[in-house]
Amino acid sequence: MTTMSVPASRLGRAWARTVDVFTSPKSGPVLVTAVLFLLMFTAGGVRYRGFFSAATILNLLVSYSYLIVLAVGMSFVIISGGIDLSVGAVLALSTIIAAKLLQLGWNPILVMVLILVATSTLGLLVGLMIHVFEVQPFIATLAAMFLARGLCYIIAKESISITDPVFAWMAKTRIVLGYRMSVTPSVIIALVVLAIAVWVLQYTRFGRTTYAIGGGEQSGMLMGLPTSRTKVLVYVVSGFCSGLAGILYSFYTLSGYALTGVGTELDAIAAVVIGGTLLTGGYGFVLGSALGVLVLGLIQTIITFEGTLSSWWTKIFIGALLLVFIILQKVLTSRRT
Amino acid sequence: MKNAVGRAVAHRLFWPLVMLVVLLAINVVAVPGFLSITVNNEGHLFGSVIDILRNGAPTLMIAVGMTLVIATRGIDLSVGSLCAIAGAMACSIILGSPTPNAVGTVTVAVLVALALALVLGLWNGFLVSVLGIQPIIATLILMTAGRGIAMLITEGQILTVQSDPFKFLGSGFIVGIPVATIVAAVILALVALLTRRTALGLLIESVGINPEASRQAGVRARGLLFTVYALSAVLAAIAGLILTSNQTAADANNTGLFIELDAILAVVIGGTSLNGGRYSLTGTLVGALVIQTLVTTVYTVGIPPIATMVFKAAVVTAVCLLQSPTTAAALARWRTRSASRAASPRPGEAVVSR
Repeated sequence: MTTMSVPASRLGRAWARTVDVFTSPKSGPVLVTAVLFLLMFTAGGVRYRGFFSAATILNLLVSYSYLIVLAVGMSFVIISGGIDLSVGAVLALSTIIAAKLLQLGWNPILVMVLILVATSTLGLLVGLMIHVFEVQPFIATLAAMFLARGLCYIIAKESISITDPVFAWMAKTRIVLGYRMSVTPSVIIALVVLAIAVWVLQYTRFGRTTYAIGGGEQSGMLMGLPTSRTKVLVYVVSGFCSGLAGILYSFYTLSGYALTGVGTELDAIAAVVIGGTLLTGGYGFVLGSALGVLVLGLIQTIITFEGTLSSWWTKIFIGALLLVFIILQKVLTSRRT
Repeated sequence: MKNAVGRAVAHRLFWPLVMLVVLLAINVVAVPGFLSITVNNEGHLFGSVIDILRNGAPTLMIAVGMTLVIATRGIDLSVGSLCAIAGAMACSIILGSPTPNAVGTVTVAVLVALALALVLGLWNGFLVSVLGIQPIIATLILMTAGRGIAMLITEGQILTVQSDPFKFLGSGFIVGIPVATIVAAVILALVALLTRRTALGLLIESVGINPEASRQAGVRARGLLFTVYALSAVLAAIAGLILTSNQTAADANNTGLFIELDAILAVVIGGTSLNGGRYSLTGTLVGALVIQTLVTTVYTVGIPPIATMVFKAAVVTAVCLLQSPTTAAALARWRTRSASRAASPRPGEAVVSR
């Protein structure tokens, strides 16, 4: 380690520990993301009036609660060493199922339950395809993406608006947090999902097995862990989260549309990667993924504040930022060895 | 006899070829004259089969590059964006020149577009081989940023070009055969010759099978990775130029959208594993044809266009499940059982062990 010339000093030890934490492959990347998030937020605050406020963060949460839920599901899959390309299409499918069934006058609670069951079942099928038939996750979830997107078109090609009072209530209600600050119920739901995911990944057998599969499936199996069950279950979790994200998205837009969320799977993957989860699996924090979503949202907000920048700069910035994060993670974590 | 059947079924191209034949058969049943090829008064070949060969050409080119990338245990997600960048670059040059109809202008435009793609491909190669970033992430960067770059070139507009030499690329004919088909065939033949008649293919496979072992054996993985990503990018650019020329317009958002998925599917259907190692260009050709025939089938059979994606999902799932080792093992077991039930004197022979 690159410690000080005065090794015995307390300062030196603290420094060494800081270096250690920042360069560990486990916590380093997510800390770097946190620091960069704060830097971006501060820089934005210096540059634009009215940027540096809790309202900015709350608005991010309101706009991107669905993406947080999506990224949570994706984190499970990526930590287990897989990938799920179907989340964007499944999100669209659940918005359109919601809109269609509500149009037919179904009970909104029943509709939500049905969506969650349907998307979890799709996740289960994908998981079985991957586990039993040894189809690569990339291809199996690609097939699921085609299926979900295709079903969207079959159900309805045009956008259907949602007029159901329960959904409308969810869209309009503001939970007041204090002086001029409020959030939607969706934010609360997303944060609850996040909290549950943190608990599941850190403190349950299922969560630990998920990390073990990503670290080395063979070793996990030899240790007697239920790898097969867990490997299938992570896709069920992802399917469930995509369904829930779709419901949150339909609260947000009050409509269902087949072309919703094209490319959202890439946003979710980018958020997870920026959040410090390694795509090879085994490392990562679900809180990091949520932070990754906020970083993506912050870029969008800064571009909106800038005003003169065209929308295509968003894509270039996200690409560039992805690059910066990955190189930083690489450089920081490789100094250890 | 049984042995021959067993070997045929065990061949990695068996199920994809069956799928191709089934799809063609469906078409022939739906449209009796499906396989017929006619020559029109301009001497151009016409027919559904020619359409499949022409429209499938861009996917095939990209899939050829993708095969080599996948063989090194990589993946290139940026090809769709590269299509858009190449198309945007070429169209903006042609539009900016005073002589859009001159062959020289189009040649310059095409060469600049290919050079730009080469640079971007080297960039992908740099990220993967020098910085050691996982291929899926390294190319995800350009996939995301690439559409932005393409829009930067077109300034957010859809560029429509009126240029005959450029149009020739996508919809022209040489000796009656579509230009796109010829270009794809030449690319496939060149890549096959280059990698199979030299040690290049073997080296690429060795990097994919075991990077560490091949490094210790003296294989320079870095140069190989640069080569495959650069090649993949250039082939994507050629495909992008053909797509753009076909539409006579560069659309930064939609040119080559999802083509990376089709190309990867073609490679996987062709029996090349995403885990790297052994690859089959013949398989990729079959895979690309299956995908294009699938699209054509949707139109000829009259499946409503809205159901296209569900149909595609069904076919992809079917091919993947049939190719899976689990299915192969089950089939082998079933054959052994039926062979021993028939009291064959040599039951062991029917067992296909791979």
